[in-house]
Amino acid sequence: MKSKTMPSLAAIGRFWFPVLALVVPLALIVVVTGHFGGLSLQRTVIEMLISIVIVVGLYVFVGNSGIISFGHATFMAIAAYASAWQTCCEMLKPITMSGLPHFLRDQSIPLLPSAVVSVLLAGAAAFLTGLVIMRLTGLAASISTLAVLFILNVVYSNWDSVTMGSASIVGLPTYVTAWLALICAVLAIVIAYLYQISAFGLAIRATREDEVAAAASGISLYWSRLIAFTLSGFLVGLGGVLQAHYLGTVSINNFFLSFTFLALAMLIVGGMGSLAGAVVGVVVITVMIDIFRRLESGISIGGEQWSLPAGTQELIIAGFMLLILVFRKDGIMAGREIGLPQQLQREKGLING
Amino acid sequence: MANIVQVLVDAIALGSLYALVALAIGLVFGVMRLVNFAQADYITIGAYALVVPTASVTPPLLLGALPAALMIGGVLFVVVVLALLTERVAFRPLRNSNPSTLLISSFAVSYFLQNLVMLIHTGRPKSVGIGQGLANAVEIGSVRVPGVQLLTMGVTAGLLVALVLFLKKTPLGIQMRAAAENFQMARLLGMPANRVIALAFAISGLLSGVVSLLLTIQTGTLDLRMGLMPVVYGFFATVIGGMGSLPGAALGGFLVGVASVLLQTYLPADLRPFRDAGVFTLVILILLVRPQGLIVTSAAKERV
Repeated sequence: MKSKTMPSLAAIGRFWFPVLALVVPLALIVVVTGHFGGLSLQRTVIEMLISIVIVVGLYVFVGNSGIISFGHATFMAIAAYASAWQTCCEMLKPITMSGLPHFLRDQSIPLLPSAVVSVLLAGAAAFLTGLVIMRLTGLAASISTLAVLFILNVVYSNWDSVTMGSASIVGLPTYVTAWLALICAVLAIVIAYLYQISAFGLAIRATREDEVAAAASGISLYWSRLIAFTLSGFLVGLGGVLQAHYLGTVSINNFFLSFTFLALAMLIVGGMGSLAGAVVGVVVITVMIDIFRRLESGISIGGEQWSLPAGTQELIIAGFMLLILVFRKDGIMAGREIGLPQQLQREKGLING
Repeated sequence: MANIVQVLVDAIALGSLYALVALAIGLVFGVMRLVNFAQADYITIGAYALVVPTASVTPPLLLGALPAALMIGGVLFVVVVLALLTERVAFRPLRNSNPSTLLISSFAVSYFLQNLVMLIHTGRPKSVGIGQGLANAVEIGSVRVPGVQLLTMGVTAGLLVALVLFLKKTPLGIQMRAAAENFQMARLLGMPANRVIALAFAISGLLSGVVSLLLTIQTGTLDLRMGLMPVVYGFFATVIGGMGSLPGAALGGFLVGVASVLLQTYLPADLRPFRDAGVFTLVILILLVRPQGLIVTSAAKERV
């Protein structure tokens, strides 16, 4: 009886282990770099944590459904711009963004409510888009998400009176610290984990493995995917708000193909089949980018200054991603979560990438 | 009246260009279920092959300095070799992967090539003058048609006919269609898989090379992203035409081209910048009505 009402500590530990195995190292990184790291290292850590929010958000749909989405930068952009409209540059707004409705143009909205509203808006946009696109399957769905990305890009780059066109909106309050980013990353990981072990999560993972068999077992491809798409819209929206308030600027060019490539590269390299894969991918790619960014900006070895030509970083990442695709198709984590050793043993027969 | 004819000519010329791109994408998709993002970079690199790699904004001509026939041959050669190279290096090892993995790998190849061009040629747009005579308008009745549009239409018509003849009449063409219909079965019946796939890439490279030349003559500029929009339109064309159907791809190409020109012409001036968004919305709407595309093939539905 007791075990039913109050699960033992060990059971709780087993249940949460895949999350703890990701969260604890991240927290350690924040603590250690906060104490001993230089400023540029701390910035890299914050960027990494924001990327984790975004890529975990992307994973909720792409990883669980197996459908590649090129459209998630759309929801990030929607949230980032929404937050900019609510919080940015009260003095300049009436001039630079004259097309905004009155309640936005002439006042600023406090940070927390504005962030919540922006994230909700991103989720709503994902839901509406999903209503249409989730009727499609496979490649047609992927290509349509690309169409969504282009639609948003065209609209926001040309809607000058509201988005300032392709110019950057500057002067957003920058309140994102390493700890806030960590909290959001943990939140994203917990949500993604609870979702993927829920009935909805299991259903959509079944559709990923075999659409026909899943549909025959009574799973609605449409609804299971729509739920995942919406949830993932909320999460990348959160990532968008964080990024906007970390950089202090919003520009539509940052939410286009290069960004989409980078986010997908992180997911694929880590392995899109598991939550651990999403997080590991972000860490690996962030470290690579950081190393090559430093090499590109130049280092001195034995008194001699040398640097890699700008653009090497992109070539290396694309090449690395191709190597992963060829030699380790399921990514570094190959669809596995980080489990307790004996748990790993037990589940080996059940879970594979 | 003349106005409407003019608009139609514009629409068909742009539609032909997109149809070429869509065919290039469709051919490769047919034989290996790969939606090839790198097609955009085939086009870009074909165009950049015209000039000497420098950081200059008005670079000296390389292939572009040759006589017309050699120049065309040179560009086509470069793009075909590039297409074959990407097939060999990046796509052949992944041949048995699912379409999503292939799509992602082509995205990576595209990103790689784009940054390679940027490394060599820098990111600034460059101007290049080839085939200037073609930009002059030809007057037919009361309609003035830029020569390059006539050229585009003529070349597309010629290539379409050649492609149809190739696919229907030659053994390799028939093997290619068989591969598109059912790859496993065709292979069991003796279709040489490597050769047919390589050929599909070669032809898609050839078509891309033609597109790079036409685009360069049309705009007179080189840009890192010059291949992007045509290929994105080409993607949507193949999807609404019906994945795996070549007539569908050509039809889709014409449709998106025509829709684009019509929106450009008849939208109110302040909405015109949003033209592309209109076309893409149209694409999604068509897919809603016909999720398998306009021409449904056996390839559109996954075999159980």
